[in-house]
Amino acid sequence: MTEIGLGHYLTLGAIIFTIGIVGIFLNRKNIIVILMSIELILLAVNINFVSFSIFLNDLSGQVFTLFILTVAAAEAAIGLAIIVVYYRNSSTIDVEKIDSLKG
Amino acid sequence: MLAHSIFFYTFSLIAIVSAIMVTVSKNTVHSVFFLILDFISISCLFIMIGAEFLGMIMLIVYVGAVAVLFLFVVMMLNVARQTNKWFSSDQNSEHIPMGLIISTIIFFELIIVIGGWKFKPNLINSVSLTNTNVVSNTHSIGYVLYTDYIHIFQLSGMILLVAMIGAIVLTFRQRSGVKKQSYFSQISRERNEGVELIDVKSNKGVKVDD
Repeated sequence: MTEIGLGHYLTLGAIIFTIGIVGIFLNRKNIIVILMSIELILLAVNINFVSFSIFLNDLSGQVFTLFILTVAAAEAAIGLAIIVVYYRNSSTIDVEKIDSLKG
Repeated sequence: MLAHSIFFYTFSLIAIVSAIMVTVSKNTVHSVFFLILDFISISCLFIMIGAEFLGMIMLIVYVGAVAVLFLFVVMMLNVARQTNKWFSSDQNSEHIPMGLIISTIIFFELIIVIGGWKFKPNLINSVSLTNTNVVSNTHSIGYVLYTDYIHIFQLSGMILLVAMIGAIVLTFRQRSGVKKQSYFSQISRERNEGVELIDVKSNKGVKVDD
């Protein structure tokens, strides 16, 4: 129990990943919380990459985490820009009211 | 080793609790604050197991840029005080048990995958808190990042550029009624458009058209 191994970190990543999934599934408020849940999921993926990289003594996991960080920042910027434009046009970002793509 | 486990459990407990609070918090501003707390505790974990560079970069990028961007947008859009409809009994809440079931299944699948993992024989079982390597983590990442991964590195810079241009183009708004300077029409102005030479006869004067 006092020996922290790879499984502990992977379990932490799995828990945070699942919390992000739950946040996407059960969200009723606004889209910004969904974007934050996506950030949580990317964070869980980063935890897995870094712990594998450390415990297998291979550096490419950390390099890949750097690229995931870049893509996450770009995704947050674009997503927030889309949300700002949507709010400006329709003055709501409620999840239940955004249904203009409904077929 | 005891200190390692104590720190691990502390930081991971803080991370899990704040991740839960991100999704269930009533106020969106509080969600952003818990997101910041989550990032900070995870970066503490990264620094603890020896990925110092990534921990610090995570502090800078996530806490310094992404979370502050979220905070800006939340406060700018004035959506912080929306009514919370978590687990309420209105007509649209029948997706909640299905979502919980599916996410529980996902969690147990991940746990099964982790439990059935066959580790490499030369796996390091525990990582010490102190870094005993000659080359530091930042040095070694720099060695491979600018040699082996240089093309992907340039490509990620390209992604950031595209994201920046896309965000500017998306949020750019042409306001009406704002006087703007047009350099092209200023520069391309000719002499005979602006100045007219008139022969003025004596005692007659000139009629200037208005």
